[in-house]
Amino acid sequence: MKPQSRAFKTSATQALTNEPLQRALGGIKYGFVANRARARANLPEFDQLRDEARDVKEHTLAHLDLYLEEYEKKVTQSGGHIHWAPTATDARDAILKICRDAGARTVTKGKTMVGEEIAINDHLEDAGIRPVETDLGEYLIQIRKEPPSHIIAPAIHLTKDQVEADFRHTHTSLPYDRVLEEPVQLVAEARKVLREQFLAADVGITGANLLIAETGSSVIVTNEGNGDLTQCLPRVHIVIASIEKIVPTLEDANTILRVLARSATGQEFSTYTTFSTGPKRPGDPDGPEEYHVVLLDNGRTEMLGSEFHDMLRCIRCGACMNHCPVYGAVGGHAYGWVYPGPMGAVLAPSLIGIDEAGHLPNASTFCGRCEAVCPMRIPLPKMMRHWREREYEKGNTPARYKLGMKLWAFAAKRPRLYQALTGLAMPLLARFGKRSGRFRTLPLAGGWTRHRDLPAPQGKTFQQLWREREARP
Amino acid sequence: MSGPQARQSILDAVRGALDVKDDDTARKLTVQKRLKSHPANLVPERAKATGNARLKLFTDMLEGQSAEVSRAKSVNDIPEIITAYLRENNLPAELRTGSDELLGHIPWDKAPTLTRHFGRGQGDDAVTMSRARTAAAETGTLFLTSGEENPTTLNFLPDTHIAVIRAKDILGSYEDAWNALRKVYGARTLPRTVNLVSGPSRTADIEQIIVMGAHGPRRLHVIIVG
Repeated sequence: MKPQSRAFKTSATQALTNEPLQRALGGIKYGFVANRARARANLPEFDQLRDEARDVKEHTLAHLDLYLEEYEKKVTQSGGHIHWAPTATDARDAILKICRDAGARTVTKGKTMVGEEIAINDHLEDAGIRPVETDLGEYLIQIRKEPPSHIIAPAIHLTKDQVEADFRHTHTSLPYDRVLEEPVQLVAEARKVLREQFLAADVGITGANLLIAETGSSVIVTNEGNGDLTQCLPRVHIVIASIEKIVPTLEDANTILRVLARSATGQEFSTYTTFSTGPKRPGDPDGPEEYHVVLLDNGRTEMLGSEFHDMLRCIRCGACMNHCPVYGAVGGHAYGWVYPGPMGAVLAPSLIGIDEAGHLPNASTFCGRCEAVCPMRIPLPKMMRHWREREYEKGNTPARYKLGMKLWAFAAKRPRLYQALTGLAMPLLARFGKRSGRFRTLPLAGGWTRHRDLPAPQGKTFQQLWREREARP
Repeated sequence: MSGPQARQSILDAVRGALDVKDDDTARKLTVQKRLKSHPANLVPERAKATGNARLKLFTDMLEGQSAEVSRAKSVNDIPEIITAYLRENNLPAELRTGSDELLGHIPWDKAPTLTRHFGRGQGDDAVTMSRARTAAAETGTLFLTSGEENPTTLNFLPDTHIAVIRAKDILGSYEDAWNALRKVYGARTLPRTVNLVSGPSRTADIEQIIVMGAHGPRRLHVIIVG
């Protein structure tokens, strides 16, 4: 999809008054947030496992070239093919070629964020090949021609009434008077419709949560089983994965899997975790005849060793956005591209550039909850700060902000002046705000008071209070 | 860019970013050692349970994930368990299996009304049955391996999936389970597909409400033998 991140401010404002969206977002804290807290409480070693998961990934990144070579060797040995793709265009070309060689007309897809990143669906459609999303959430947004609004719950912004309307509109061969009120009826209908697609598809495309150098396996984690039907039924299976998905061994995969589901949905373990290695073997009654892995760089090697290096540890669990007050208020679409929330605010500028995505690292209160819950201990606020610095250096910051910052810096660098100014302002504000204890409007602070009141200060500055306290016996 | 040129370009970019050369033997040794010895990281205490405590953990975890678990003293009890289960749930008296040896030892003639089909899963299968090679009690997770014995499609296409596992094949941790598979398939080798299954299929994609049977089985029934 074409990035719309430049419109973040407008989109965010619209999102705040979008009633169905606000209702849908309200459910996150009772769902994902509460479930993660329970899963964490159920496993005493959870935080220690997070440290280990971080260390596994750091070790891998420090030896990334060698593990990629080992992985390639094992995939080839098992009869699979690796396609190295430095850019999104290279990946799209490779996938289209495989589909064309297979004479594909229909392609089923398991959920893949990298697939969204390279906009593979549009590319296939333009070439006359029909991609069918099979993860229920992805299917719902494909019908609506929308991008995902969450990395593990792509349709979290929708209500069941919207889904019912979409199904009636799309599944026109089914009787119109059928009952479609509850999620269980909606899911049953999707199962029936998509089952036919699974059986008819020529090629299946999945992502990968992990790639394993020890065995040359790709790993997918799902609850629906759609990824598995996508990869075991068609004649050709294509895995699309970015290079940082690799881990050395099955044991290293275990460590990451132990924190993944608990951080994502709050489950002890996802329902299905599948390890695929090469095409079907002699005597196998099922499985694909061809197995391809498209290994995508698309900006990752530029992050390696840079101040955004830590972001390469991300396992796409979504915990950061589930716990983010900004994401919780505006939802995923406002971010305007594929990756929303705190992880998107760091990743999007790395992948599509700071000119395009400069608003996203600013969409943070720096409350730090994202870093506190990240299973891979990624310092997300610190990296958003790095992006803000880069944006400032590039001169993308509006003149108004710059003037404000310069005035503040001028005073802050002169402690006496700073104390004199605040010493004057505080008693003044305290006197004016004494009656109600708050300001409903204030000159120069319209950006704040338009949406909320500003509490009136008590009359003394922090430094004055500090001195008084120090002076007390 | 594609082919060897694309490969070289990515590997060069990685080495450039890491500031390393491709002939650094110390780094290569580190990688080879890790792949060969595949050292375990931290294993949660709960995965170290043994005997009945382990079986109870395995059962509790599966039931917590909406699977059903029953116990058979030997394979001789299985026909009766299955016919009763199919009857109770109003399911047709037929099922499909692969050529697994353990399933072959079940005295199927004790369930004369039951029809057994063979081969890979079909789009309209009501009930299938497979045998799990091993399992990890820590999260109630079955390890199902692909092949003629237990085709992968049997795990995903039916409405109801019955999985059989010997009590002695239920191990504590994922690490234990992978080591058991390494013994069967050899070092650095896995069958085409290993499915780690911890319950029936589900989705919460509509309003975060959990619904069973999204695309895979609506029911998972696990029979522990021995």
